[in-house]
Amino acid sequence: MSAAETLVATGNRAHSHGPGSPVPLQARSERPRSYDVADFAVPNGREEEWRFTPVKQLKALFDDAAGTETPKIDASGPEGVVFETVAADSLKVGKPQDRSAAVAWNHAGEAFAVRIPVEAELTEPVHVNVASLGARGFSHLIVEAGRHSRAIVIIDHTGAGELGTNVEIVTGDGSELRVVSIQQGDHESIHLAQHDALVGRDAKLHHVVVTLGGKIVRVATNVRYAGPGGDAELLGVYFAEGGQHHENRLFVDHEATNCKSNVLYKGALAGDHARSVWIGDVLIRAAAEGTDTFELNRNLVLTDGARADSVPNLEIETGEIEGAGHASATGRFDDEQLFYLQARGIPEDAARRLVVSGFFNDIIGKIGVPEVTEHLHDVIEQKLARAAELSASAKAVVGQ
Amino acid sequence: MATLEIRDLHVSVDTENGPKEILRGVDLTIAGGQTHAIMGPNGSGKSTLAYSIAGHPKYNITSGTVTLDGEDVLDMAVDERARAGLFLAMQYPVEVPGVSVANFLRTAKTAIDGEAPKLRTWVKDVNKALSDLDMDPTFGQRNVNEGFSGGEKKRHEIVQLELLNPKIAILDETDSGLDIDALKIVSEGVNRFASQGDKGVLLITHYTRILRYIKPDFVHVFVDGRVAEEGGPELAEELEANGYERFLKASTKA
Ligand SMILES: Nc1ncnc2c1ncn2[C@@H]1O[C@H](COP(=O)(O)OP(=O)(O)OP(=O)(O)O)[C@@H](O)[C@H]1O
Ligand SMILES: [Mg+2]
Repeated sequence: MSAAETLVATGNRAHSHGPGSPVPLQARSERPRSYDVADFAVPNGREEEWRFTPVKQLKALFDDAAGTETPKIDASGPEGVVFETVAADSLKVGKPQDRSAAVAWNHAGEAFAVRIPVEAELTEPVHVNVASLGARGFSHLIVEAGRHSRAIVIIDHTGAGELGTNVEIVTGDGSELRVVSIQQGDHESIHLAQHDALVGRDAKLHHVVVTLGGKIVRVATNVRYAGPGGDAELLGVYFAEGGQHHENRLFVDHEATNCKSNVLYKGALAGDHARSVWIGDVLIRAAAEGTDTFELNRNLVLTDGARADSVPNLEIETGEIEGAGHASATGRFDDEQLFYLQARGIPEDAARRLVVSGFFNDIIGKIGVPEVTEHLHDVIEQKLARAAELSASAKAVVGQ
Repeated sequence: MATLEIRDLHVSVDTENGPKEILRGVDLTIAGGQTHAIMGPNGSGKSTLAYSIAGHPKYNITSGTVTLDGEDVLDMAVDERARAGLFLAMQYPVEVPGVSVANFLRTAKTAIDGEAPKLRTWVKDVNKALSDLDMDPTFGQRNVNEGFSGGEKKRHEIVQLELLNPKIAILDETDSGLDIDALKIVSEGVNRFASQGDKGVLLITHYTRILRYIKPDFVHVFVDGRVAEEGGPELAEELEANGYERFLKASTKA
């Protein structure tokens, strides 16, 4: 990337900082979580957790009232997977951390649960489609991986309306679970989500957030560890086009010993008022000896008028750790790369696609679910084609 | 045979204090079968000339012409110039993260030829080009220039030269940063390219060292944005002995 990028990186030292984050994580982790909507005031946009979000457009999802539709849930998966409807409070791994999550929790009704039986090794992914039909609706999913199981669960969010969701994820001891949450609602759709994961002893969670569509999409992911030896790989890909707001907020709370977390989020932005926000909070509590964590966010700004905010926060309360670091970089599209490729005969459009797919290449390689990565490639191509059309027509207007 | 003609080329760059003229009337003709060396001190505008021919957007052509076999090069997009048969080995090759060398080479070859290369022979060709430049085949899986040493970047430029096989190659200080072994390997690559007979080479350098391995037919001394003197290989020998002093003095007098 170009010289315009900024890079913050830290080594293995106890410290606490992060651009624009005055609230210590310890305090933040203790901020109210509640199942009761009344415990959260309607956000006005000045709150720390809402200051990057266009709250004025979110009134419908802050309103403590029943939905006007029930999102359609379709699920399928290989033999052995159990789908069932359960009481909303049957697991309580997640606890709403803000107004919209509390509204969704209370008005989603029962939860839809996906259970991977103990020791099951699924060869095919489980699919859950949550379709918003165009009105205002809520859903609540539970994904539970039994002890020593292995599975991939793909949750695909589509549709046109305003959607509030909670997702609770539990990985049993020694299991390996890959959860991919795709947000690809229509251009006017709004989706606010909270994911809470509890990683079992010696379990491995791969959590992937792929946001490709929707006017406003905000996904808050919280990870805790139920015992030592847990490992969480938290990946995210987003591509905001003109007028889209894609926000990801992470909080990894290390309290158990010898756990790992590795956060990698990458996003591209193209078009007027394309906007992304990434907040990555990692707290290593005093008891969490042997923790190994790294978080990285990179943004590629493809056109003027787009903006990426990136705020990593790492707070370490013990010196007895394996490693901890964070980095965040936002760079503009590098014209030198474009020149180099074009100087080898590659036409501008193809060169641009090559650079952008190169940017995403490492994270796409880590997602590890071919159907998702193929889809991602396709959508990224479409988005780049749209961006190229826009800049071509802008040039044409200038040229007139 | 191809001919690249540069006529009275004036080029400026935008600076904070307005445009700054760097090339001040360059005249140069490179025909197929010829090897030209351009030698000049730091900052004399050698890279500016190379980049301007390749079409880098930073450089503004204020007057003059560049033609390849009569076709107006300055009117072509960067990629069109490459497809027309021009190649620039860059002084500072660019890193392209996430794009593998193999993918890059295949995409470039396909663009230059207008069709995808035959898979079977292509893989062989790539591996041969790499090993000819003393590069391991595993470079194919690495990202373009990422983490390459200075010398590896230069050798990778010559790998591309051989695979893309243009009509005219401009080599911008391909010799700098190379140890003597690498210099020989790179020179052999350039000589292989030139020995096809109909290829033109414009070798930009400010040391005479590489001219022991690549024999130029013509030497141009480049000072202060223009060609100050032209001659045969003997001119390079004079530079080796006396440096640029004589030309620098002449240019400040002018
Ligand atoms: N943006 C700029 N602003 C001001 N001067 C510039 C700018 N870009 C290039 N120049 C100047 O143009 C001149 C020519 O640069 P160029 O890179 O072409 O030289 P060169 O002959 O290739 O030098 P070297 O032997 O060091 O590679 C230099 O004096 C350089 O400082
Ligand atoms: Mg130079």
